[in-house]
Amino acid sequence: MSAYKDIINNGLWKNNPATVQLLGLCPLLAVSSTVVNALGLGIATMLVLVVSNATVSLIRKYVRDEIRIPVFVVVIAVAVTIIKILMQAFFYDLYLIIGLFVALITTNCVIIARAEAFASKNNVFQSSLDGFFMGLGFTVVLVILGAFRELIGFGTLFQQMNLLFGEGAHWLQITVFENYDGFLLTILPPGAFIGLGLIIALKNVIDNRLKQKVSDGLPQTAT
Amino acid sequence: MEYLVLLFTTIFVNNLVLSRFLGLCPFMGVSKKLETAIGMGLATAFVLTLSSILSFLANEFILQPFELEYLKTVTFILLIAVVVQATEMVVHKTSPLLYSVLGIYLPLITTNCAVLGVALLNVQEGNDFIQSALYGFGGAVGFTLVMVLFATIRERLELADVPISFQGAPIALITAGFMSVAFMGFAGMA
Repeated sequence: MSAYKDIINNGLWKNNPATVQLLGLCPLLAVSSTVVNALGLGIATMLVLVVSNATVSLIRKYVRDEIRIPVFVVVIAVAVTIIKILMQAFFYDLYLIIGLFVALITTNCVIIARAEAFASKNNVFQSSLDGFFMGLGFTVVLVILGAFRELIGFGTLFQQMNLLFGEGAHWLQITVFENYDGFLLTILPPGAFIGLGLIIALKNVIDNRLKQKVSDGLPQTAT
Repeated sequence: MEYLVLLFTTIFVNNLVLSRFLGLCPFMGVSKKLETAIGMGLATAFVLTLSSILSFLANEFILQPFELEYLKTVTFILLIAVVVQATEMVVHKTSPLLYSVLGIYLPLITTNCAVLGVALLNVQEGNDFIQSALYGFGGAVGFTLVMVLFATIRERLELADVPISFQGAPIALITAGFMSVAFMGFAGMA
């Protein structure tokens, strides 16, 4: 049971792909200007991770070591193409906004890194689970950054959720600041860099606090 | 003249790293030292130019005539992997000196999204052959330029007294943010 707990903890906090491993930064920074873009790409990445991890795990015994990287890349590219076509079919408006970065999931280093480091050594179930939680950890950071930039940039939260959940989702939009003029910097590229820097710093603060608490709780015999 | 504008725009205004968010992994990952940054920049520049030309040809003469555009992603990533592998072999055989500088960075380029991104952007914007080549080359020059600038800043950051929670990645990201602000100044010029 503890193996599964480790997988979950690694994906969401300890080895979070976005804030600790600093992998997959390009999509993270590029599509985090609003929550809906962030959520859309996050879910797409998560699906690709699960599919590619499961596939790599299934074929891991038949692939020779020398050619494993090209094989993994092709598996990932196929998974991405499937997701991209599905997205074109069902979420076309959202696809128009984040389209290029859906194709670029192929070169998202998180995916090849998980295929190489985890899926090629573990069974199908564990690999899919790892893909799911790594994807979830990535999505959570993406959405937090999206929320931060949307809130400060436009003064709203969850605008245009109809792109993802259909016409009935307009009510989800929350206008936090009335008559807000907007703060352009956070929507433009610099805001993404600075925003992610602040988020990682915040995580470091929390980690340091936790560490201090643990060392305070221990008896002072061992240093 | 038109080509000169395109080159200038891709290097400064639409800089791959700072305004298009492509190639960030190597940008953050191998920019701690100036020498490694230059090595990575040169290796990427070569692969980027070559692969944007090849992917243009593949799209024009294979994918479009057979209406296989949906295989773009798979085709381009395979082409890039081939270019990277071929470059590595050629450099290894012909110039041991160059190989010792660029060798370890070459395999990393396959997963550099700038390379695939430029190939896809070329198709998306309907660039012709010369435009595609220039787009790849300009993007590569811009990438190398920013990489070298950032590496020099980071070497200095090593010596700076940064608050504990901001050490490492956070301060680097915020620095990159300010560089991006500076590069936005070029937007008015095009």
